[in-house]
Amino acid sequence: MKKLLYIILVLPLFAVSQTQLQGAIFEDNVTKSPLPGANVFWLGTKVGDVTDFDGKFSILYKKDYTKLIISYVGFKTDTLTVLEPKPITHSLKPTSELDEIKISSRNKASAISYLSSQNVIMVSSDELLKAACCNLSESFETNPSIDVNFADAVTGTRQIKMLGLTSPYILITTENIPSIRGASQAFGLSFIPGTWVESIQITKGAGSVVNGHESIAGQINAELVKPSTDDKLFINLYGASNARLELNTHFNTKVSDKWDTGIYLHGSTLNTKHDVNNDGFLDMPLYNQVNVMNRWQYTNPEKGIVSFINLKYLNDQKQAGQLDFNPDIDKLTTNSWGTEIDTERYEVSAKLGYVNPELPWQSIGVQAAYSGHEQDSYFGLNSYDIQHSSLYANVIYNTIISDSRHKIKTGISYTYDQYKEFVNTVDFNRTDNSIGGFIEYNYFNLDKFNITAGLRVDRHNLLGTFITPRLHMRYTTWEKGVFRASVGRGKRSANIFAENQKLFSTSRNINTLNTTGEIYGLDPEIAWNYGVSFLQGFRLFGRKAELTADFHRTNFKNQVVVDYENAQEVNFYNLDGESYANSFQVELHYELFNNFNTRVAYKNYDVKTQFNSGKLERPLTPKHRFFANASFETEIKNNSKWKFDATYNWLGAQRLSSTQNNPIQYQLLEYSKTVATFNAQVTKVFSPKFEIYLGGENIFNTRQDNPIVSADNPFDSSFDTTFVYGPIFGANYFAGLRFKIK
Amino acid sequence: MKILKSTVLVLALLMVSLTFAQNKNERASLEVDGVCLMCKKRIEKASLNTKGVKSATWDVETHELKLIFDERKTNLETITKSIVAVGHDTKELKAIDAAYETVHPCCKYRDEEVNDDHKN
Repeated sequence: MKKLLYIILVLPLFAVSQTQLQGAIFEDNVTKSPLPGANVFWLGTKVGDVTDFDGKFSILYKKDYTKLIISYVGFKTDTLTVLEPKPITHSLKPTSELDEIKISSRNKASAISYLSSQNVIMVSSDELLKAACCNLSESFETNPSIDVNFADAVTGTRQIKMLGLTSPYILITTENIPSIRGASQAFGLSFIPGTWVESIQITKGAGSVVNGHESIAGQINAELVKPSTDDKLFINLYGASNARLELNTHFNTKVSDKWDTGIYLHGSTLNTKHDVNNDGFLDMPLYNQVNVMNRWQYTNPEKGIVSFINLKYLNDQKQAGQLDFNPDIDKLTTNSWGTEIDTERYEVSAKLGYVNPELPWQSIGVQAAYSGHEQDSYFGLNSYDIQHSSLYANVIYNTIISDSRHKIKTGISYTYDQYKEFVNTVDFNRTDNSIGGFIEYNYFNLDKFNITAGLRVDRHNLLGTFITPRLHMRYTTWEKGVFRASVGRGKRSANIFAENQKLFSTSRNINTLNTTGEIYGLDPEIAWNYGVSFLQGFRLFGRKAELTADFHRTNFKNQVVVDYENAQEVNFYNLDGESYANSFQVELHYELFNNFNTRVAYKNYDVKTQFNSGKLERPLTPKHRFFANASFETEIKNNSKWKFDATYNWLGAQRLSSTQNNPIQYQLLEYSKTVATFNAQVTKVFSPKFEIYLGGENIFNTRQDNPIVSADNPFDSSFDTTFVYGPIFGANYFAGLRFKIK
Repeated sequence: MKILKSTVLVLALLMVSLTFAQNKNERASLEVDGVCLMCKKRIEKASLNTKGVKSATWDVETHELKLIFDERKTNLETITKSIVAVGHDTKELKAIDAAYETVHPCCKYRDEEVNDDHKN
């Protein structure tokens, strides 16, 4: 009886003493000190414990609990898989805000943020792969916000436009350091190989004051691949039916605990002469490009420091013109029309970021870059040489006022540009320097409203002392409906020759009609940009859809007008009257079925300028543009999948500047024809290591007839290569492979 | 003499306040119940609306609310109260039903079903 009593007394003990999992948590440092106060709990439950003074914990164990989460302020949260109740010891690593945020859900190839106050379009590396080729200028072909066209009919240079304005009005940065400006304005986009680009951010309208006062139409930032996250080895080979060949290789390696380095090589060449339209001129230039970059990355999460050091070297040689042109004999003669453009460029840049590990909102960023750019070139009888040395330095300090909803960015920047320019025999030397201070305030109420107000004051030796205000705001009107507005001022000096190099491939006389200004006799360009946009996410037949509409207006207070309205002249003068660019775009994004994404866009431009001959539409700017893109991916089976992508582009009629002064056979119609192009690409991913792609550009074989005026007589006064509104070369097919080791 | 006296007094007072100087950037961590990003917004907003709180980050997965606040202006108890007032339970203090009722139906973290819905 007594025994039974004992048993009864002991039984509840057994019943109560469920299995407990025990363990201890330490700090992951040399001393391995215990971590008191850490949270330990089972994922998805309320079952948890807090570690005691010795870092020990004890927690109820059940068979269906498998994921144990250990978290502590200032340390990385770890999740352990527990299969049996054995004692656990675990060390937590300290965190820092510099840690990358990993987003596990599938990213869209390009997306507009719902939260940022600026109208920023993110273009991921997935999107960049949609156009297999090959440099930054070509990677915008699948993006309706940016227009890509040829600058002229000889050099093969692609020019981009945003909001109806050409690239000099766009601030183009690599990792937030202004990179394509000054002497590199014309060809700079082709000097950044596509495989080096990790992602692109496109800001439409007024940009941030942090990156300077120059941006008017918007900002494009290219983030480059990082040695610590890029593939250990990456090889990309590309070959096209036009005989263009490209090779890209990346080597990345960990040098020590905190240092990573990478070497990136790019080589491309085209050495076959093409003349599909039989005008006696090459359809595209012969060229060779070698481009090398070496990056060093330092990461120290404990101290909150990240740093990059970059070294770049580029050598690019182009030759174009008439088929029989031989540079050794015919250079700068009337034997035959030809051009050679040789560019050499080197860049050194360093960045240092420090985030206070104690106070995550406090950080300092320092950027410094130096570049030397030299272009030696001639176009027919015109010769043009430019040397541009540029120094840029920027210090940014981030903090908050009262709490993290009120953020402040402030800092100073310095730029120095020295230009040595020879246009034929005239020497244009110029030195620009400016020092500026900026402050940007951001308020985000964590919910519906977000506003960024920025102001900078610059003191520039030629532009004077001036202020640049910029304002952005975002308001969530209702669920998934986002309204944005922006306004901002921009001011810049126009490098009239570097930006308009196509004028050398004509017989036009170059005139500057003003003499009193500081830059080539001209005044600085000043413009205000106003923008509104609306983004609405919704579901259609149970699938995600997104509709965006935006309207931007750029109003020039002063502009350096580039006037081609007299076919024998190109005239530069200060704006006298009105000049504006209105841009309206509506875009629909829809997932038609699983993994099948479609995007359609329509764009309307109204861009007018007061020329000396009257208020006219900007030449070569289509009023209407229609864009459609479809992409499809199969599910991954045995590590492999297929990817399909197709893009259709339609451009409305474009005004051609007046050719009335030309003899009748060299006169053009007032408007161009419409242009439709179609690109498609198929990629077969065999494994995470290997893939091949095959595609076609301009598969409809659309061509502009007679892109060169007076091609039969290139030394005649009517000779002009700038009336380009469509493709010169017809269809082009390409194939390539990518090999990578993580 | 009077001046000297008051100087000493002021200095003494200063020293006292120095000895009691509290941390301007005190860190703390709270466990707050919730299920989704809407809860995150609500919790962080309630924290930041407490005068003296400089930074508040709530983790949906771990339910951990990381706080940085000025100890001279507020304390954990006050912060906890403001979070509970918007309807979120903390480990120490539970929200009253009236407050809990104000959260969006999809945020009803006390409901097993709602919890399950957020698991995937």
